[in-house]
Amino acid sequence: MSDGTKPTRRVALKVLGGTLGAGAFAYASRPIVEWASNQSLDDVLRKHYKELTREELAQVLHDLEAETKKLHGVDVHIEDIPPQEGVQFGYALSLSVCIGCRKCVEACHVENNHDRRTNNSYIRVLEMEQGSFDMERGNADYDHAVPAPGKYYMPVQCHQCDDAPCVRVCPVEATWKERDGIVVVDYSWCIGCRYCEAACPYHARRFNWTTPEIPAEEINPDQGYLSNRIRPQGVVEKCTFCLHRTRKGRLPACLEACPTGARVFGNLLDPKSEIRWVLENKRVYVLKEELGTHPRFFYFFDV
Amino acid sequence: MADPTEQVSLPDVPDPPPPARVTYLRFLWRSLMLAFDGTWRFYAWMSVLTAIALVGYHAWGQQLLNGMQVTALTDHVSWGLYIANFTFGVGLAAGAVMMVIPAYLYDDHDMHDVVIVGEILAVAAICVCLGFIVVDMGRPDRMWHILPFIGRFHWPVSMLTWDVIVLNGYLVLNLHIVGYLLYMRYTGRRPRRRWYVPFVFLSIFWAISIHTVTAFLYQGLGGRPFWNSALLAPRFIATAFISGPAFVVVLLEVVRRFGAIRVPEGATQTLTKIMRITVLLNLFMLVSELFTALYSGGAHAAAVKYLFFGSHGKAALVPYIWTAVVLNVASAVLLHHPRSRTSSRWLIAACVCAFAGVYLEKGMGLIIPGFVPSTLHELVEYTPSITEWKITAGIWAFGLLILTVGLKVGLAVWSGALRDREARRAAK
Repeated sequence: MSDGTKPTRRVALKVLGGTLGAGAFAYASRPIVEWASNQSLDDVLRKHYKELTREELAQVLHDLEAETKKLHGVDVHIEDIPPQEGVQFGYALSLSVCIGCRKCVEACHVENNHDRRTNNSYIRVLEMEQGSFDMERGNADYDHAVPAPGKYYMPVQCHQCDDAPCVRVCPVEATWKERDGIVVVDYSWCIGCRYCEAACPYHARRFNWTTPEIPAEEINPDQGYLSNRIRPQGVVEKCTFCLHRTRKGRLPACLEACPTGARVFGNLLDPKSEIRWVLENKRVYVLKEELGTHPRFFYFFDV
Repeated sequence: MADPTEQVSLPDVPDPPPPARVTYLRFLWRSLMLAFDGTWRFYAWMSVLTAIALVGYHAWGQQLLNGMQVTALTDHVSWGLYIANFTFGVGLAAGAVMMVIPAYLYDDHDMHDVVIVGEILAVAAICVCLGFIVVDMGRPDRMWHILPFIGRFHWPVSMLTWDVIVLNGYLVLNLHIVGYLLYMRYTGRRPRRRWYVPFVFLSIFWAISIHTVTAFLYQGLGGRPFWNSALLAPRFIATAFISGPAFVVVLLEVVRRFGAIRVPEGATQTLTKIMRITVLLNLFMLVSELFTALYSGGAHAAAVKYLFFGSHGKAALVPYIWTAVVLNVASAVLLHHPRSRTSSRWLIAACVCAFAGVYLEKGMGLIIPGFVPSTLHELVEYTPSITEWKITAGIWAFGLLILTVGLKVGLAVWSGALRDREARRAAK
């Protein structure tokens, strides 16, 4: 032995070291063992939304309802609502009318079962300076009576882009564009790499940094698999134009909450729809049009 | 350029009696045993690394259990210390190819004697990169989703799928090359060229690709002006060829002291020459980027201004980047000073500066300004949490464990020392 230690002492030291090492490893493993024991095999092995048969999907919905009951203590109804034929959704918002009251932000928070502690919402309202479109001069953290003089307001949410950078970058196809134009996330497939969050030019995506906490009585029980069901920890989420409402002919929660009528939502394929009228007759502005994302969300001016 | 088909000579090794035929698995087992045997210094080093790795492992468990709220990341700055270290690690892995190119492409005999060091470093660095990717994932339990054929692999559209291919491919290539050459050396056989030369040449292109693809991850995002620059990939390559050679020069100095093989001075000299060019190239590209951003102004300048000077009273990255600039300039000066040719201490100081400078610039200095200001121009700052530091330290310690074991075993086999020892033992 090169360092001259006696073999027996050396062996004893090795055994001691090995034991200490094993003990340290066991201790260090405790949180990961606890985490692993919380994982359900069903969840880990769950198939991609598009690969589920009707029967499998029904089973998954049932399982998720049971899971919600267990985790959050509420009976909820989770549905899979497919897109309607002949419908392409579009959304427009009048920058002349919006007063920045953030009622839409609140409505989104409640409707979509967002985490209460972080006060999360899919909408951010920028207070912009009159005479400038430069967001650098905008402010999303204003805290005063609105509308403030010399300001106008620009709520930003998912633009449901036709060439969505978020969809392009996802390595596992956990997010895609539906036939009616809505970009959705399969919360049961997302691996939480957050590449989509980096790719989105509109700050439209959110990550579940922890399991959302919502008091049982505040949980919205009408849920969609691809929209407002309570998201698990570690996955990305986003605005879905409230597809669990809009695909059934209702309006998005943010629109219903708006006290000014600044928001216009509808079917772009319907020539008699209000959204078509706005796009054809108003001065329309597309945010970051130069990036070529082709949004389904438009800003307009009432002049 | 030398004829690549020409047989490159292996260092002369005294011929001990050929050992009985050993299978590859048995060879791996014996190598593993060697990893648990050494001087007290070796044990102390390994114990410290293991302890740090375990602290990181424990912290990662807590992150999984409680969610990534234990990090300082937010929806504004959604990538941070982990991805910064990942990016730097890819450069380190790619930089190791700067030993392979002279050794095989230019038939540099000095470099050929120690090229195995670079290949082992590449393996360790890739393991570090994969570690950082895993800890950055919100749902590592769903890892199988990103496997080709088994999950839903969004290839070729998503650049991240390309990264999965190139990183794992590079790991496999290097494991094969190192494993094959060492195994042949151990069993006293001459390696057959067709079993390693094509792979070595492939690994050269592959090394460039891992860092190009990693740069493309960022530079393809139109919504992030700070990254959306055609200069990003060239800068990545240039910095890789600083950090890789800098690390290897220091490593070779360590091997000179503790390792079983002779380290020719020529290898160090070649690496130093490479760095003399790449440090200047990197500084030049930095100036070019700064000029473009600051002279033209506007949205592109916002992130650069925040990074270098702070913005609206927020300046968390200013100390990082100026330290990086000072270190990068210092390394350029030290490397071009004549003493870098004569004094190994001087050279090591230069390498440490270069390595640290690139780490700061290409780590936090590259990733965070991509997010600050955010896409809606909000200024939300980011300073890593203690959990993130623990996990980061743990992964680097794990990487150093792999590197230490790899070098200890690799060099013992490469030099023939292991074979000699076993032969002596068998003779007793």
